[in-house]
Amino acid sequence: MALELDFEKPIIEIEKRIKDLKAISDAGHVDLTEEIALLSSKIEPLKKEIYSNLEPWQVARLARHIDRPSTLEYVKHICGDDFVEMHGDRLFRDDPAIVGGIGVIDGRSVMIVGHQKGCDTQSNIYRNFGMPHPEGYRKALRLMRLAEQFNMPIITFIDTPGAFPGIGAEERGQSEAIAKNLAEMSAIRVPIMCFITGEGGSGGALALGVGDKVFMFEFSIYSVISAEGCAAILWNDPNKAKEAASALKFKSTDLLKAGIIDEILTEPVGGAHRDHKTAAEEIKKCILKYLPSLIAVSADNLIEERYNKFRRIGKFAGEEEQENG
Amino acid sequence: MGWFDKLRSKTAKSQENQLKQEIPPQKTSDLWKKCPGCGETILTKDLVRNLFLCIKCDYHMRMPVWDRVALLADDNSFVEFNQELKSADPLNFVDSKPYPQRIEEAIKKTDAFDAAMTGYVQIEGIKAILGVMNFEFMGGSMGSVVGEKLTDALERGASEKLPVVIVATSGGARMQEGILSLMQMAKTSAAVKKLNTAKVPFISILTDPTTGGVSASFASLGDFNIAEPNALICFAGPRVIEQTIRQKLPEGFQKAKFLLEHGMLDCIVHRRTLKKQVGKILHILNNGR
Ligand SMILES: [Zn+2]
Repeated sequence: MALELDFEKPIIEIEKRIKDLKAISDAGHVDLTEEIALLSSKIEPLKKEIYSNLEPWQVARLARHIDRPSTLEYVKHICGDDFVEMHGDRLFRDDPAIVGGIGVIDGRSVMIVGHQKGCDTQSNIYRNFGMPHPEGYRKALRLMRLAEQFNMPIITFIDTPGAFPGIGAEERGQSEAIAKNLAEMSAIRVPIMCFITGEGGSGGALALGVGDKVFMFEFSIYSVISAEGCAAILWNDPNKAKEAASALKFKSTDLLKAGIIDEILTEPVGGAHRDHKTAAEEIKKCILKYLPSLIAVSADNLIEERYNKFRRIGKFAGEEEQENG
Repeated sequence: MGWFDKLRSKTAKSQENQLKQEIPPQKTSDLWKKCPGCGETILTKDLVRNLFLCIKCDYHMRMPVWDRVALLADDNSFVEFNQELKSADPLNFVDSKPYPQRIEEAIKKTDAFDAAMTGYVQIEGIKAILGVMNFEFMGGSMGSVVGEKLTDALERGASEKLPVVIVATSGGARMQEGILSLMQMAKTSAAVKKLNTAKVPFISILTDPTTGGVSASFASLGDFNIAEPNALICFAGPRVIEQTIRQKLPEGFQKAKFLLEHGMLDCIVHRRTLKKQVGKILHILNNGR
């Protein structure tokens, strides 16, 4: 079931008219080939126009689109049958909001870990809407340590509203689980490539995001807090989410400018939710492009460079003057 | 000479940052404070003398940053790092007021440039590096400056083989710096890992409140995690959880004792014995190195 976003309406209307015309045409009453071709030619430019002028809050809605491909779908497209899912943190339970396992990409063995959202209400309840508990982060860390042991590069997929705020999560140390991942990922001695595919929600996203290369899909977001949460706290008014979305500068272009991510991956026209296969191919291409050079780096240099990548993030008053003078 | 003058004379001698100005005396804008424990109204000057413990019920009230330094540091031992490091406004962030204005107001209010203070220290005669967060400065929120100061302190600990003690108190990440503040979680946690690898002890003291991005980074990563009695320590705040699960939370939820029982802390230590206890731990760990 497609979720309609208001700014997508003009596209969806044309698509619907084409479908109707095709139905009439196929029924053999009249030949409408020309009309269909005319409408079809309008769709691509319209999509381009709409999607290149999105407001930050509109991007946030696209990033959360229920039809966006999930980690397991990317894995299916990228690894085919060469993937074995692994479960459990060996401490408490298996968290369905984070998935992981071993797979093969273009002949190379890799460890894949990512947040997992559902594709409808039922599966979303099972996946807790992609909001992990501590055991999810601990499973992720177990798998990443295994990757280190067997010298396999790590690919992470990031798509979560955030770590789950609940009683059990607090009892079992949500803070500690996230903190531990941040610390340990900084020193894991195999390459780590991170892909923000949808929602990069705060610490719960970052806990899979300490890598040598960090990529973001065009219409994904990466933020310290959701626009709604920020509006409630700083504006004292949840209805100011649009303002907060603009102020937080969480679009891929902002993050690239701020030096937080390495590259923006282009989405299929109209967004990844409209063409899962092409989106997955984009990620695969990126992995194949960068992984060989990462593997060539010695483990010591790799973790030193990863440390420095995050070490230098921060902005201070008077910096520009110093740089110029 | 009171503790404050002792601290000040030492800081002024600091080779670290060629201070142009002396630390101005603390402002006592609030003459009275109300105890969150028993509701008693207490003169601030009486609280200062009593380590910000309630005179009536012993409740551990929030402690200003310099009082905290004085609580832990041996006389004349604190030498501050990066004192004048100040935040920029990377996002040109404006909510009800512009971020630079909030910063200026916080500086005026607290006489500090940001929400953390770091430096060399001696605790019970043991050389160490101390970091203390400042809740009065924008709720102790962690942005670029806090992240940088604490990372620098942890790195110095690793390279100079000096144990690091950090007193946390924070509402979490500083939203006004957006993604840059989120990344300080990764930066500080990686620095803790560096300290671990160098086999240098890290004592994390979690005080009321330690939440969000600070609790979910360096503050939870101590080799020794110590909390003060009744401190709120959590990832998600109680209100957020109540709104999410639509349930009333159990009594004492996310308070120090709850965390101790759930295995997140090594111990809860009363403020009056905190310095002695930290000294003892440092002494035992140093002996083993
Ligand atoms: Zn009281």
